[in-house]
Amino acid sequence: MAGIVGYGAHLPRHRIKVEEIAKVWGADAPSYKRGLMLREKSVPPPDMDTITLSVEAAKNALKRAGNIDPADIGAIYIGSESHPYAVKPSGTTVAEAIGATPDIHCADFEFACKAGSEGMFVALSHIDSNAMKYALAIAADTSQGAPSDALEFSAAAGAAAFIMGKDNLVAECLYTHSYMTDMPDFWRREHQFYPQHGGRFTGEEAYFAHTKGATKAIFKKAGMKPKDFAYAVFHQPNGKFPQRVAFELGFTQEQIDPGWLAPTLGNTYSGASPIGLTATLDVAQPGDMILMCSYGSGAGSDAFIWKVTERINEVRDKAVRTRKLLDENLIYVDYGTYAKFRRKIRKND
Amino acid sequence: MRDVCVVGVGMSQWGEVWRKSLRQLFVDAALEAIDNSGVDHLDSLYVGCMSSGLFVGQEHLGALMADYLGMPGLPAARVESACASGGLAVRQAFIEVACGISEIVMASGVEKMTDCSGSDATFALATAADQEYEVFNGATFPGLYAMMAHAHMDKYGTTREMLSAVSVKNHKNGAKNPAAQYPFEVKPEQVAKSVMIADPLRILDCSPITDGAAAVIVTSVDVAKKLGKPYIKVLGSGAATDYMQLAQRADMTKINSATLAAERALKMAGKTIKDVQFAEVHDCFTIAEIVLLESIGLYEPGRAGPATLAGETALDSKFPVNSSGGLKSKGHPVGATGVAQVVEVYKQLTGQAENGRQIPDSPRIGMTQNMGGSGASSVVHIMEVA
Repeated sequence: MAGIVGYGAHLPRHRIKVEEIAKVWGADAPSYKRGLMLREKSVPPPDMDTITLSVEAAKNALKRAGNIDPADIGAIYIGSESHPYAVKPSGTTVAEAIGATPDIHCADFEFACKAGSEGMFVALSHIDSNAMKYALAIAADTSQGAPSDALEFSAAAGAAAFIMGKDNLVAECLYTHSYMTDMPDFWRREHQFYPQHGGRFTGEEAYFAHTKGATKAIFKKAGMKPKDFAYAVFHQPNGKFPQRVAFELGFTQEQIDPGWLAPTLGNTYSGASPIGLTATLDVAQPGDMILMCSYGSGAGSDAFIWKVTERINEVRDKAVRTRKLLDENLIYVDYGTYAKFRRKIRKND
Repeated sequence: MRDVCVVGVGMSQWGEVWRKSLRQLFVDAALEAIDNSGVDHLDSLYVGCMSSGLFVGQEHLGALMADYLGMPGLPAARVESACASGGLAVRQAFIEVACGISEIVMASGVEKMTDCSGSDATFALATAADQEYEVFNGATFPGLYAMMAHAHMDKYGTTREMLSAVSVKNHKNGAKNPAAQYPFEVKPEQVAKSVMIADPLRILDCSPITDGAAAVIVTSVDVAKKLGKPYIKVLGSGAATDYMQLAQRADMTKINSATLAAERALKMAGKTIKDVQFAEVHDCFTIAEIVLLESIGLYEPGRAGPATLAGETALDSKFPVNSSGGLKSKGHPVGATGVAQVVEVYKQLTGQAENGRQIPDSPRIGMTQNMGGSGASSVVHIMEVA
């Protein structure tokens, strides 16, 4: 059975508070904080992009994977909405940086915020079919949100990496289920800087319908119920959506707490539920069942049921824990610095 | 002119109805009205709609809706008077039946507002104001009504608490209306602390953007009697216009079109405002309800705010206003609103209001007041138990 051999995350140190963004645009900070359950978000500094975030997360995953030879990694898949290049993969650079070239398959994935879980899905399939010993799936984004748009309060940066394999598993993947319809809820056309979205439509008809669709389908497949799980991780475009969908599906706050990062991390797009899974694995115990369900606009959800193994206790502190990256050693920036970092200020070359 | 009745009413689902199109919303309401009335055909159709062209890129609604109702060949027309389009559709149907050209006419209204972005919807709505003199200079509807609110506060001492009382009352009524978009109660302090839209109006002072349709069957007394279904009589119909620009009106604390339309409808009905026992009025903003209750002559200028705060317009009080929840709670699909007001009066007069929303003591005479823009047009109907 395929599963996770090593996992790791990486987040920027910089943060901006909701009040700081609201102040610039004359928005009502308390209503954003209350309505979307967002307090602050991560901000990638100028020298950080999807590739560098991916490299750091992959290195943490390698640390937890133990003494594996990167050359045994047969595939690298990076899912992101913010690949630095339109033409030229991110995965080649990352594979080179971790010493996994040249005998490796590489593809960059794109499916809005579920691009990362797509990579996980395909990587697991390679392992299940015995095509390779290890496959690396990375979910990373330096998310885009148009100035003054509601998205600007959440669009954040971060990455998670998972080395999939068959032996020495940290968590076994028991079931997967993908659920998809054609749904124009959120999109960005080529050459556009920022995505557009359909407001509340992106909630009811898109996020909630697909997240519930995938979760209910995997419950049926597995014959399981919310109380069978120690933890659940959902895509988190803000703090409110994952909490609401969890409650509506029958999960409790305690079950989502470890992976519920959005209130202080923001929405890391492709990274959101995968980073939540790393934070959940950081505290999980052998035998725990974890549900993870991503959501990507356009639209679809990938659901996974993980069973944590004995090896978790051995590896969890071989790399930095995700909560430490989230909570410690932070640098708060003002809107001007944020605008510079995110290249929202146009300069002459 | 012969007597005219309403027999059979229908409403589609109201709210953010993403899975139904403009035409489907209409058909849902129209079929319900046909079923409830028991009519076996229509002689003509009026469709009230403010701006389907801007909201969903569809015009020519008379023909389209007759087609999708399965009645190609039916005489059909769209009527438009901004947010009073629905009231005007009812009036056109009333006129057609009253003068004897037709026996059975459907008056309907529809609007599909959530298929476009919030800014596109705001633009479409603003076309009901004066594009050259108001909108070009930055005015929006919340802005125009906010100016009316400030003027009313300055002149009569109307307060935040009075505005909030309108929202609280209408949400309390709407919480009992199965058709309402926002069927929940709100507290005065929630209204007072809700997000500012245009000072002094906050989000809970404003009616929402809504998808929805409503339809009523307008017919003669003879036909209504033969159908054997509950019906009500339309005693009077009045319409009026006013200066389009707020700036040209002598007094921003009044809505003259509502005064004139109410006077005309009451005169036709042979009644005075004192004979009317309840009303649906066009509370697109909380201040609008206060101004309207004064403009139709129910209260002296400056008295509607204190009266609302004192509970005089509550469901179980002396003059219930907006028992449906009003635009504020029930929702405001602009073209459908005027028709839905008639739906509510029909339900109240025939004892069919749902969930404990029935006005006590079986009222006999009710009024609808539907308004376009910042009050440049208004349509009033007076209806009585048959």
